[in-house]
Amino acid sequence: MQTFILTFVILFLTLIGFILGKRRSVKISNGGVNKLHSLPGYYGLYVAMWCSIPAVIFLALWLSFENSIITTLIVSDLPDEMKDLPPDRMSLIVNDIKNLAEGNIVSKEPDEALKKAALHYSRLKEVAYASLFTLIMIISTVFGIFTYRKIQSNFRARNKVEKIMEIILIASSTVAIFTTIGIVLSVLFESIRFFRQIPVFEFLLGLKWSPQMAIRPDQVGASGSFGIIPLVTGTMLISFIAMVVAVPIGLMSAIYMSEYASYRTRAIVKPLLEILAGIPTVVYGFFAALTVAPFIRDTGALVGLDVSSESALAAGLVMGVMIIPFVSSLSDDVINAVPQSMRDGSYAIGATQSETIIRVLLQAALPGIVGSVLLAVSRAIGETMIVVMAAGLTANLTGNPFEAVTTFTVQIVTLLIGDQEFDSPKTLAAFALGLILFIMTLCLNIVALYVVRKYREQYE
Amino acid sequence: MNPNFDDIGETIGAPLLENGSAKINCNDVNVFYDDKHAIRKVSVDIGKNEVTAFIGPSGCGKSTFLRCINRMNDTITSCRVTGEVNIDNINIYNNELDVVLLRARVGMVFQKPNPFPKSIYENVAYGPKIHGLAQNKAELDEIVYTSLEKAGLLEEVKDRINQPGTGLSGGQQQRLCIARAIAVHPEVILMDEPCSALDPIATAKIEELIDELKQNYTIIIVTHSMQQAARVSQRTAFFHLGYLVECDDTKRIFTTPDHKLTQDYITGRYG
Ligand SMILES: Nc1ncnc2c1ncn2[C@@H]1O[C@H](COP(=O)(O)OP(=O)(O)OP(=O)(O)O)[C@@H](O)[C@H]1O
Ligand SMILES: [Mg+2]
Repeated sequence: MQTFILTFVILFLTLIGFILGKRRSVKISNGGVNKLHSLPGYYGLYVAMWCSIPAVIFLALWLSFENSIITTLIVSDLPDEMKDLPPDRMSLIVNDIKNLAEGNIVSKEPDEALKKAALHYSRLKEVAYASLFTLIMIISTVFGIFTYRKIQSNFRARNKVEKIMEIILIASSTVAIFTTIGIVLSVLFESIRFFRQIPVFEFLLGLKWSPQMAIRPDQVGASGSFGIIPLVTGTMLISFIAMVVAVPIGLMSAIYMSEYASYRTRAIVKPLLEILAGIPTVVYGFFAALTVAPFIRDTGALVGLDVSSESALAAGLVMGVMIIPFVSSLSDDVINAVPQSMRDGSYAIGATQSETIIRVLLQAALPGIVGSVLLAVSRAIGETMIVVMAAGLTANLTGNPFEAVTTFTVQIVTLLIGDQEFDSPKTLAAFALGLILFIMTLCLNIVALYVVRKYREQYE
Repeated sequence: MNPNFDDIGETIGAPLLENGSAKINCNDVNVFYDDKHAIRKVSVDIGKNEVTAFIGPSGCGKSTFLRCINRMNDTITSCRVTGEVNIDNINIYNNELDVVLLRARVGMVFQKPNPFPKSIYENVAYGPKIHGLAQNKAELDEIVYTSLEKAGLLEEVKDRINQPGTGLSGGQQQRLCIARAIAVHPEVILMDEPCSALDPIATAKIEELIDELKQNYTIIIVTHSMQQAARVSQRTAFFHLGYLVECDDTKRIFTTPDHKLTQDYITGRYG
């Protein structure tokens, strides 16, 4: 609520800055607006930017530090015997103080010290808010006035605004990059913890995956083995089946759409195909589990094959259908991007349409098609829901598509579901799996992007 | 419509050849793009083993008319052609005609060089392969090398025959496209502004080549350069707003044209 008000205040000041800045520039120009270096709106924008950006940055910084500072302050004010409590008890007490101050339910009957601390806490909060409010007002106005006074007829507001825009854009992309780096690092660190307990070689080359560990020392049960080879084969088997479905169908529909279909058909068929990509994967998942898998099992039974009710085949087939639009849409784009002059050249020699497609277009578009297929593969590897529902959880080391297999993503899910200790190898294994998965898809994407870029260069 | 053009109905000069020396005879050809009437009632003969130049201001329909002769207009959905185009007295717009074979007989070279993203060898071998002109590798080699030779490119590329055709210079690429066209032994070669993307030296080479090729092929060339038309062609046809205004011996067209529009165009007073 308070943040909301503060945002509103900043917006209000920004608006005022804009209006005043614009007005001043018009006034300075004495009616001859074209004597100004930039259009009046730019002067307004310039002032507005200085009114808002520093204040917003300050607000963000304040909010991210406020909590920990106030907590430190109240903790230091607690009676001595409470100060020496272990950290987890301490955080409980701090929580109680906050709840008490805000009128929420407290874990036990509050004693005198707690009440005092709560009072202290709410007072601190008030002071903090008041000072934040004032500081924001001051920052916004000071920067506003300062820039307002800089406005002169030869002041290059347009260029300055351009510069600020650039900085804002850079900042946004930096946020995205740092988030990615953050995620990767956290996965990496957890994986390192895992590899302290389970050797890397055992993990990478082990043939048995069964992460169940005894929780109590006296418990009978598995001691846990973490070999990812069954997961690798499972993932590859399912992805392979998916690609066997998706690549031919996707490619052929791409060829149909880009070469044979009329404009009208294309305008209908392409979005329809792309709807496939919009279906939530859970829906595909239960379609695979409830329709496709039993169908395959029954058909298998008819011809005397022993198909388990959860099979790699079912998951792979449905996943293939899901991936069709990825392949077709991207391939369609790259085939379309082959210059018309290639087709003309081929037709003019007397090639038929299919000869032209096979010998010229596909060859010219090949790198792009390879790129789109690789992107589709990395999509298949990362897919979770369908596999969870249709392929089972058993880590079979097999190449038989009629058996149940499991994949990286499925295992990550099962490892993290339920109550977990966050430092047992079982949970940490999820991070290690995530790391391997990430490395795999990253490599695929890099290769794919490289290939696609090569292809672009060819025609530019 | 501008009253000046009302009298164009009939082509003047010598559009039709006597004594049956015509390779191609076009009779009352009209072309429409949807409702746009792009070629109007054009009748003209193209002589065998000579070079005919199509000239005229931009948008007058030269390319459109050229594409009628190998039915490349079929690839444009909105395009409709009426009238007759006879090659060796056979109407290519009759229903039995196999377009694919027609295009093997009537080759085409485009304004912008458009080699396929294949090796130089494969570019030239493309046509012979799809038409089954070679029984074995040796025959194919033979066709490829003679075509490159005829296109005057062999000397320059014989060490890099397996490298991509797209890596050649613009002028070389255009000659590669000519080699590609003649590899299927066509009778007619259509060239749509083949030199407009080339520098004067490459242009001179192509013109020289056209001059040699006319011994064996019937050639039609669209060009915006009056000098080029004068240099390479024996007959010249002047188009204007979809009409064929005048057609005659090149010499006559460039010295004593009959129509004022032609006169204005070739002296650069057009417009
Ligand atoms: N694919 C097409 N669809 C519709 N109209 C077209 C198409 N191609 C050409 N036209 C029209 O037909 C007319 C003749 O075009 P064409 O390309 O034959 O002219 P041109 O004489 O070759 O011109 P330029 O010298 O600029 O190449 C033009 O008015 C053009 O707008
Ligand atoms: Mg043209």
